[in-house]
Amino acid sequence: MLPFLLRRALSSVIVIFCVISITFVLARITKGGPFDKEKEPPPHIKEALLTRYKLNGTVWEQYTAYVGSLVRFDLGLSTRYRDWRVSELLQQKMPNSFALGTLAFVIASSAGVVLGSLAAMKKDTWIDRSAMFGALLSISIPSFISGPFLIAVFALWLGWLPVGGWGTVSQMILPAICLAAPYIAYVARLMRNSLLDVLKSDFLRTARAKGLTETQAVVKHAVKVAILPVVTFLGPLAAHLLTGSMIVESVFNISGAGMIFVNSIQNRDVFLLGGAVIVYCVLLVLFNLFVDVIYTLLDKRIKLYA
Amino acid sequence: MPEAAAPACIARPDGWQVLKRNRAALIALYFLLGLSIIAIVVPTLLPEELKVTSNASFVPPLQHALETHAMHLLGTDVNGQDMLYRLLSGARVSLGVGLVGALISLGIGTLYGMISGYAGGRIDGVMMRTVEVLQSVPRILFIMILIAALDDYVKEWIDGWRLAAQARNWPELAKTISEVKAYSKVLVMIVSLGLVEWLTMARMVRGQVLVLREMTFVTASRAMGQSPWGVLRRHLLPNLSTIILTYLTLTIPAVILDESFLSFLGLGIEDPAASWGSLLKDGAQVINPLESKWWLLVFPALLMAASLLALNFLGDGLRDAFDPKSGE
Repeated sequence: MLPFLLRRALSSVIVIFCVISITFVLARITKGGPFDKEKEPPPHIKEALLTRYKLNGTVWEQYTAYVGSLVRFDLGLSTRYRDWRVSELLQQKMPNSFALGTLAFVIASSAGVVLGSLAAMKKDTWIDRSAMFGALLSISIPSFISGPFLIAVFALWLGWLPVGGWGTVSQMILPAICLAAPYIAYVARLMRNSLLDVLKSDFLRTARAKGLTETQAVVKHAVKVAILPVVTFLGPLAAHLLTGSMIVESVFNISGAGMIFVNSIQNRDVFLLGGAVIVYCVLLVLFNLFVDVIYTLLDKRIKLYA
Repeated sequence: MPEAAAPACIARPDGWQVLKRNRAALIALYFLLGLSIIAIVVPTLLPEELKVTSNASFVPPLQHALETHAMHLLGTDVNGQDMLYRLLSGARVSLGVGLVGALISLGIGTLYGMISGYAGGRIDGVMMRTVEVLQSVPRILFIMILIAALDDYVKEWIDGWRLAAQARNWPELAKTISEVKAYSKVLVMIVSLGLVEWLTMARMVRGQVLVLREMTFVTASRAMGQSPWGVLRRHLLPNLSTIILTYLTLTIPAVILDESFLSFLGLGIEDPAASWGSLLKDGAQVINPLESKWWLLVFPALLMAASLLALNFLGDGLRDAFDPKSGE
């Protein structure tokens, strides 16, 4: 286990380094710098600003300066929000996105597993068909359509949940469902297919022969095996939920990391963009590692190698 | 060993028959064909005065504009443009970006998957590990950064052509080029999306190649002195065509969704070009609780949801018909 973790940590660092390099270089070769506004500052002031932020010279010099500060765990200053450190901005905005993403993750994985199992157990009945049609529907409808629709039905018409705002759990439910909807569908389809395969296997016939009811057999024996493909999907799922929240944040007007990305690209705020990308990548790498470890705990036949 | 290892799904000649019995997939196919024909033909038939901006903004559907006395079937938007025209030209852009972007991803993914699967061993390991890494990178972010980086260069490049045309005294060509420039973002989006969306295709093709390359006809072809490229092109590619078609159909809605996300955030398609995502963004911007301009949101939302649903139905139908073993 330990050599595996070490090797994975090393390869993760390399991955993050590559992602950061590509992001920085792309952001710096993009036309238009962080200080080019409608009202162009005088050349000597612009030069002074670029020097202060270490953005003058060739792209290579800027890049090495940036990596140098990263190695010292310094994410730099935002060029747009003057006198704000990137780390301060991220600390302010990221928690909202994490809360939303975590809730959506819980909803997507649990609801998906339950719906998929139900569909598999009741194969070719109306339950199965409507669950699978619902899955296709929620994959096909983008969140900026389903979001306003959910608000109209559950907030305005039924009045069960608040229309907007952010902070309480009830205000988080609609955005989280909106974010989770397509992924409930992906998980449910994975779970259904995998459980259908498992239900045909010998050990389940034995379980039934021992006198377990179908529900007992599924809950006690089959789900444990059938859930494995779902577990492998959890890594990409986390990636999707973290980035997908951009749209949901803009629909529900939540001040989170999504807006940081869009604004920092439009403002050419290189260091803020880089900082946000680093946080995302670190999280994803950690999560994928976590999934791999969980996987071995669930399935003893799998040996970790890297 | 090869024959015994061959799974049944390789040679399923009845795939098209399976598809023909799938009524939902067929309805989806006819719907998409019909929509594509309408989106290509109808905008050219509409009268010119509907296509341009006018003073008649926010005319509700099925009403005559007071200012121009023109009849607007689906109403008008903030600039007084006819929604039917905007919707259908948006369908052109969205479906076009989806199709061409998916074709680019098909090219990259097929080539990558074929090389990885056929080479095997260490090359395969490295190539697939790369795919796994790329899969865990936030894709939308990369598309955003790529679009921002490419956009200005493409605009400048097109401008260069326009100036060259002007210098040679071809005003017609220069005019056409400056019209094309307004749509440069479409080109940038297609390329960026295609460059990023090929991972699933590569994985599926590689999986299929791993099975195919163990079969006797491949061994025979190799024994007869066929080069690796020849084997890939002559023997593997034809056998991969159905799986490629299936995942092409499933990649199109994914690309359309990405495009609409970016356009909704204001980073994608920009005026005068329209796509479903940019139409919904425009609709969402003018919505307020006092007077609902519902036609600006409802029509693009319905058409977009119906098209994506149809594409997914068709893709699932194809997958059931040709690739029954793979679930997701």
